[in-house]
Amino acid sequence: MLTDQAGKGVHHDTPGPGHSAQNPLRTGGNLLQLVSPEGERISHPEFDVWVKDVGDEQLCSLYEDMTVIRRIDAEATALQRQGELALWPPLLGQEASQIGSSRSLRDDEFVFPSYRESGVAYVRGAHLSEIARVWRGNASYGWDPQRINLATPQIIIGSQSLHATGYAMGVQLDGANTAVLAYFGDGATSEGDVNEAMVFAASYQAPVVFFCQNNHWAISEPVRVQSHVQLADRPTGFGIPSMRVDGNDVLAVMAATRVALDRARKGGGPTFIEAVTYRMGPHTTADDPTRYRDPIELEDWAAKDPILRLRKLLEAKGLLTEDVEARVTAKADAVAAELRSNCIEMPDPQPLDVFNHVYSTPNSWIERQKDHYSRYLNSFNQPVEKGAL
Amino acid sequence: MSKLTFARAINAGLRKSLENDPKVVLMGEDIGALGGVFRVTDGLQKDFGKHRVIDSPLAESGIIGTAVGLAYRGYRPVCEIQFDGFIYPAFDQIVSQVAKMHYRTQGRVRMPITIRVPFGGGIGSPEHHSESPEAYFTHTSGLRVVAVSNPQDAYTMIQQAIASDDPVLYFEPKRRYHDKGDVDETIDLSTALPLDKAAVVSAGSDVTLVAYGPLVKTAKDAAMAAADDGISVEVIDLRSLAPIDYPVVEASVRKTGRLVITHEAGQSGGLGAEIAASITERCFHYLESAPVRITGFDVPYPYSKLEMHHLPDLDRILDGVDRALGRPNSLSGLEG
Repeated sequence: MLTDQAGKGVHHDTPGPGHSAQNPLRTGGNLLQLVSPEGERISHPEFDVWVKDVGDEQLCSLYEDMTVIRRIDAEATALQRQGELALWPPLLGQEASQIGSSRSLRDDEFVFPSYRESGVAYVRGAHLSEIARVWRGNASYGWDPQRINLATPQIIIGSQSLHATGYAMGVQLDGANTAVLAYFGDGATSEGDVNEAMVFAASYQAPVVFFCQNNHWAISEPVRVQSHVQLADRPTGFGIPSMRVDGNDVLAVMAATRVALDRARKGGGPTFIEAVTYRMGPHTTADDPTRYRDPIELEDWAAKDPILRLRKLLEAKGLLTEDVEARVTAKADAVAAELRSNCIEMPDPQPLDVFNHVYSTPNSWIERQKDHYSRYLNSFNQPVEKGAL
Repeated sequence: MSKLTFARAINAGLRKSLENDPKVVLMGEDIGALGGVFRVTDGLQKDFGKHRVIDSPLAESGIIGTAVGLAYRGYRPVCEIQFDGFIYPAFDQIVSQVAKMHYRTQGRVRMPITIRVPFGGGIGSPEHHSESPEAYFTHTSGLRVVAVSNPQDAYTMIQQAIASDDPVLYFEPKRRYHDKGDVDETIDLSTALPLDKAAVVSAGSDVTLVAYGPLVKTAKDAAMAAADDGISVEVIDLRSLAPIDYPVVEASVRKTGRLVITHEAGQSGGLGAEIAASITERCFHYLESAPVRITGFDVPYPYSKLEMHHLPDLDRILDGVDRALGRPNSLSGLEG
């Protein structure tokens, strides 16, 4: 089975206690890396087999997805600055974590995201208007969860880890061979819900994968305020194996996620993945990271840019032809234009929509308030008699 | 018709729901081999298996949060919170997740979750075991909140709650668990009184007395005692606390012109305030006097040697009836 294995060009951001002997999946205090920041393919005796099917075409397609979501991110940020979106949570820098993990899933597998997984939503097949409308304020949800097996974005930190675990318990009750994946960030690991989710998942051996994107910052709180140990060390105490993976290496993320999903599908229980990445932008467009972040840190991480790294690999393999470049740019441009037009042309909701869908069955309180507010709105259409007060 | 205790009636209702719908699963602390600390789930794990009656880790947010995931997957979880005072760690999952998921997803994801909560005082427990947290939940849109007062309703309403596509907080008056009553186990749920309807449990013409859960019995006893003094009290069992069935209360107040509301929970921001305000809005011209609230005090639930002072009893309710009627009472002569 898999053992701990140090990759080359490993980045040690916090000293860790090393690997746990009881845990076969544990990659130790080291990051699993299959592509170095210089774009060199690093061979790995245990994990290579999990990405051996990723050929030239698939590498280009991963590159395309990462480029497209970076473009979505930039366009959405611009739309926010232009007042078309009320808020946007950028994912700049986390493209490899999101694409590598979400492209490892089967269509029938259910995913519980936080609010930052717009890249995952894109991969799962959410319409661009569905991604935009939450942040425009036109709806509090984006896509139909059942259509793309992706739960609605979750803003309460870590809450969805329990939903994923419960869903996975349901999968178990159904006797199905599918896995469930929950996304959350480094800050969420401090939340009770994430810890309770690990207790439940371990107790019932639920087929859930906890995918933690350690982007190093929970708004302005650095990860060292959240944890004295590496995040990947925490699940061990719950009896959950973990992996620590370079979150800016799309191949490594893919390999690790595939291992964890496979384990879950085969009844092996939960796995925790710490994808070590970096949020290069602000927490949201309302945030100013220059108030709390050293610019040198950002420079360091910019050198490990996930898209740049894949570009270098593609270049080294001679895959980044003009055709590929042109195709990817055209796709990103088209998606960005579509996002923009979808956003700007989105119709506003109707006033009485505010009362809809609170319950699945009628509620006398809400019906009365809806009736009264409807009468109030209609009163503006009544002719006013001259001289009336 | 069988004679069942309150606890057995809920047990029978849970059993029926487990039998009728394979998607119903029970979750909670100690609900399996032990049958719950009040034995409400007694024997169910033995008969339906550990996969249907799930002993959960001691984590209330975990119980409700995983129920959200199970509901996403098409299950109808019935969660037991062991005691009222233990519900607060689950508060976030209940009000932020369970309550809002249907609205948030514009009806695409339903949360048919039932949350059973033994509530209220009168059993001599230490702190955190006798609370009345219902107002927190009635203030949250998206939740249905019910409180049962007798074994028949307990049996019927637990099944209606589980069958509801909306989440239901089902409050069980723990001091009534051992009260016995007639239960018709053949009752047709589709023709039974719906979950969101109030019931007039004793008719009267002088004053309307609104109660729910454990105080319905006390209110009925008070009505009988008042009758000895020639006062006719109409007792309404709210049953549903969110939404409240105002038409039934309104019709009664239009007849009697007087309203007394009683609950164990503290007064400020409680349901009594909500009912007094709503009935005043709807029935102002029919009211002969200001609505009166007879409630617990605005204090943390007191230690057991003092709880009899905190809990509204028959005499405090009768004193409230006297206030509503302008008869001599404990506050006579007091301005405002």
